[in-house]
Amino acid sequence: MDRASVEMRVLRVLRPIVITVLAVITLFPFLYMLLLSVRPIEELLQHPGRLWLGPSEWTLRTYREVLTPTEDGGQGFLRLLTNSAIVSVAATLLTLLVSIPGAYAVARLRFFGRRQVHFLFLAVYLFPSILLAIPLFVLFTRLGLRGSLGGLTLVYIAQTVPVSIYMLRNYLTTIPASLEEAAAVDGSGRLQTLRKVVLPLAAPAVMANALYVFMIAWNEFLFALLFLVEDRADWTVSLGLAQLSGGIEVSKTVLMAGSVVLTLPILIIFFAAERLLTEGLTAGADKG
Amino acid sequence: MTRQLTARQRENRAGLAYLSPTLVVVVVVVILPILWTIMLAFQRIRLINLRRAGVFGDWTWANLETVLTSPGFWSSLWTTLVYTVGSTFGSIAIGLVAALALRGRFRGRTMVRASVLLPYVAPVVAVAFVWNVLLSPQFGLVNDWGVRFLDWDRPIAFLSQREYALFTVIAFETWRYFPFAFLFLLARLQAVPAELEEAARVDGAAPTQIFRHILLPQLGAVIALLSVLRFIMTFNKFDDVYLLTGGSAGTQVVSVRVYEFLTARFDIGAAAAQALVLAAGLVVLLIVYLRFLAPRVED
Repeated sequence: MDRASVEMRVLRVLRPIVITVLAVITLFPFLYMLLLSVRPIEELLQHPGRLWLGPSEWTLRTYREVLTPTEDGGQGFLRLLTNSAIVSVAATLLTLLVSIPGAYAVARLRFFGRRQVHFLFLAVYLFPSILLAIPLFVLFTRLGLRGSLGGLTLVYIAQTVPVSIYMLRNYLTTIPASLEEAAAVDGSGRLQTLRKVVLPLAAPAVMANALYVFMIAWNEFLFALLFLVEDRADWTVSLGLAQLSGGIEVSKTVLMAGSVVLTLPILIIFFAAERLLTEGLTAGADKG
Repeated sequence: MTRQLTARQRENRAGLAYLSPTLVVVVVVVILPILWTIMLAFQRIRLINLRRAGVFGDWTWANLETVLTSPGFWSSLWTTLVYTVGSTFGSIAIGLVAALALRGRFRGRTMVRASVLLPYVAPVVAVAFVWNVLLSPQFGLVNDWGVRFLDWDRPIAFLSQREYALFTVIAFETWRYFPFAFLFLLARLQAVPAELEEAARVDGAAPTQIFRHILLPQLGAVIALLSVLRFIMTFNKFDDVYLLTGGSAGTQVVSVRVYEFLTARFDIGAAAAQALVLAAGLVVLLIVYLRFLAPRVED
């Protein structure tokens, strides 16, 4: 048998195995998270190796503890969910407001310094966030912005605007310029053209972008930790969960219930818009 | 007095105007802080005297000296490098395997392709805790099964034992970021003309030969780009290590060290100097890479 057919045979066996392994290693931790979150803690301590438990033994006590307000002895995650939602939605809207005109300028308009803009964006990613965190920590302490959701939102905007512009620009360059020229001939101004012609055409990219920014803001941890840790009322879910793990009296099953609460919104968004998101992120990557 | 502007001048002005909100945000929240860090690194500033300290205080080399001579600095830099190279290589390698395996058709492909991306999109705090629980020596599934089915003598403390911790952290990072590499590699693979592969197959080329001579050359540029991107991102990474080990058991990467200077010792000057050394290290490594190692990418 020649080399080609030997390899083909090996691959025919190997490929399903690889696919299964990939699916298991990516899905299993999430399944485990879910299973543990409904398990009584005593049962986990006795049988750590047991995976499946009959639905009759499931408990929702863990979720009650996580979601009950702190005044009533719970962990008050509903409050934290609200904080996370406020910060993430605000960051998303403001990022789009800033990056849509920015992306349009980079994609369409010839202006002084257009080619140098990329270097500016590079700075955002080249320097570690911990480096930015120090002066911002100092600055926000002075301005009294530390411990405010507004300050955090501002940081998230700066962190996401470059990616956002990059993604949108890639999409905008695929829209034929002739459409805009036609609108210009009809007498509409540049801003009007952007709003009435370009924006509707770029809607899928804008949507993908919005979800992407939302996810980054929702998942962010370091800046939330540095700026918000002092006052529990301001915590985001990520921060609350991390602080929860430090508590000795908090059981691991409650921790997993908190993880589910934190992860669920992201998973819902992701599965609802999976195609939109992956195509938005890799737009332009297939060109070389 | 109004002056008639040429179309070109108007376009120039519009471009700058449209980009100005972006510029303002990036300059205020990114560029100025970077410059300020450089200044902080050369001043004696602690959190206590922060309110009194001016922007231009007394200049000193003391912070840099403290940082460079402090115990654990060089080993921390080395740990960062090992962690970065290991995770970058791991995530791209697994990402490539995944892209090749999930490329063709099979039942449930859409579902598998989507679920493979989960580690990348899920919140880092949540997944770090799941790993923590899974690997726990007391009630972790991995240790329980290891002792029962694999004949381990005793449970392994993956995240607090020196021999395993760094490796475990690299494995976590690889797991979390291979989807990113997968996404880009798959997109590129799908753009390779099918006729190329078809022709090679008809000529009797084996799959490994097709990969080596047809697919790999097409993927070169994307792999080079991914290497640089992942290297930069991982080198600066804080959350993952902090959440998994807190920097203990030989996993103290520089960014976690900076955080400790900042929050445990309240030494802002030393923290800034340390962060600066991290950024400088990255710039040097990138220059070396781009100058000597990067594959020449023709436009």
